Amino acid sequence: MKTVRLSIIGFGAVGQGVARSILSKHDYLHKHGIDLRVVGISDSGGCEVDTGGVDLKKAIDRKKQTGTVAADSEIDFDLISDVDHDIVVEATPTNIKDGEPGLGNMLSAFQSGKHVVTSNKGPLALCFAELKEAAEDNGVLFRYEATVGGAIPIFNLIHEALAGNKVVGIEGILNGTTNYILTRMAEERLPYELVLKEAQELGIAEADPTYDVEGIDSACKLVILANSIFGQCATYRDVDVTGITKITPEALELANKNNYVIKLICEASDGRLIVAPRLVPKRHPLSVGGTLNVASILTDLAGRITISGKGAGSIETASSILSDILYVARNS
Amino acid sequence: MIVSMTLELKDIPGQLVLALSPISELHGNIMSVVHQHEEKTPRGTIPVQITFEIDQHALNELIERLENSGVRVARVGEERLRSSVSVVLIGHIIHSDIGDTIERIDSTGFAEVVDLSLSMPAIEKTSSAYLVINAIGEKELKKSLEILRGVAEKKDLLMIEPIRLNSEAT
Repeated sequence: MKTVRLSIIGFGAVGQGVARSILSKHDYLHKHGIDLRVVGISDSGGCEVDTGGVDLKKAIDRKKQTGTVAADSEIDFDLISDVDHDIVVEATPTNIKDGEPGLGNMLSAFQSGKHVVTSNKGPLALCFAELKEAAEDNGVLFRYEATVGGAIPIFNLIHEALAGNKVVGIEGILNGTTNYILTRMAEERLPYELVLKEAQELGIAEADPTYDVEGIDSACKLVILANSIFGQCATYRDVDVTGITKITPEALELANKNNYVIKLICEASDGRLIVAPRLVPKRHPLSVGGTLNVASILTDLAGRITISGKGAGSIETASSILSDILYVARNS
Repeated sequence: MIVSMTLELKDIPGQLVLALSPISELHGNIMSVVHQHEEKTPRGTIPVQITFEIDQHALNELIERLENSGVRVARVGEERLRSSVSVVLIGHIIHSDIGDTIERIDSTGFAEVVDLSLSMPAIEKTSSAYLVINAIGEKELKKSLEILRGVAEKKDLLMIEPIRLNSEAT
């Protein structure tokens, strides 16, 4: 049995999803010879540390009752750098302005010799090259499957399964909120404002939807993809972005009559990064509805490979994080 | 040049060969033949649509040979615009002079707006349009899209183009 110690930084939907999936996969993990021990969890209210293993169920309950995972808010040490463990799971919310607190957390993890597994897009969209270099300099692994496409194993697919292929270009829908809005507008012939409200009531869109509907979230993911796959040094400011706020139900209907749907498409090819609404033929593999995400990867040997699945959700995102944790556990 | 023709054949065996052999004889390259045996004309003949590439000088000779062999040439047209793209425009399309927008493409000489559907929900609301642009080739099509992009930007219209990698992959 190999014991792998990890910390969870950020205990919102994603952090709790990771805790839940570690709990539910206890037997599965043991069967594969891995004992995942969470030695610390932190959120904005403080942290709980137990080198013998935090009781995850109690931690989730405490978070629900008190709003924080912290058992004691008086702490005089840093969970990431001062507590001995192997993997830092960085799951704090995305901040696109300066990447904090995720960026600092990741760098401090690397400096103290810890592997990083993250779902946090901000730091990667702003400082991908810097982070990758910091990981390499410290001889640790940096895994970020959960940052793009939620549950979809896109980086695994390209870096592992499609190894040897040259990626010519990528096209996809990487934001579930806008896909939901455009799908509903087309199906119900409703105006944008109304469908947005519906999405907000369902919890699919946030109270301030700017990040999603203006294409910023899509742009961040596209940048991470391009940097990881093409070795680019782009930041999200290099993306040509157009959102979906101007799209009318009439435009969707005209498209529909001519066998097209309109989708917010991320595109990376020839060194250009574009996020824009585009016409997608109805029968094309990129034409997926609801909150689904999809990515079509054009390669030199395998041709076109298209993969689609759930792009968000607590457990779905945790699936990608768990897969990264297991990769590190097996390869370190 | 690429030519499309509608021929009318008598409903007796051997007529299709009669229609196609003069094209080969004059070194034409047949690209497509649509033979609609069930759809007779009021004259009782069978219409056939053929598209082929042929030297311009040989065209009159071809028509003469066809007519002499009893094949009626109902229509002759030059297939100039072989590449096509659909786009959607959203914004104040009418007030920003849709006529001018179309003219910018048509005036290139290598591309034309061949289809236009408009939807105007209310006076103060933005309207939406679906356009099909045909051009003589892929290069010209790209150029016409570039022109339209510039026009859309100037007139504050949102232009929605088809996905790109799709066409390169197929």
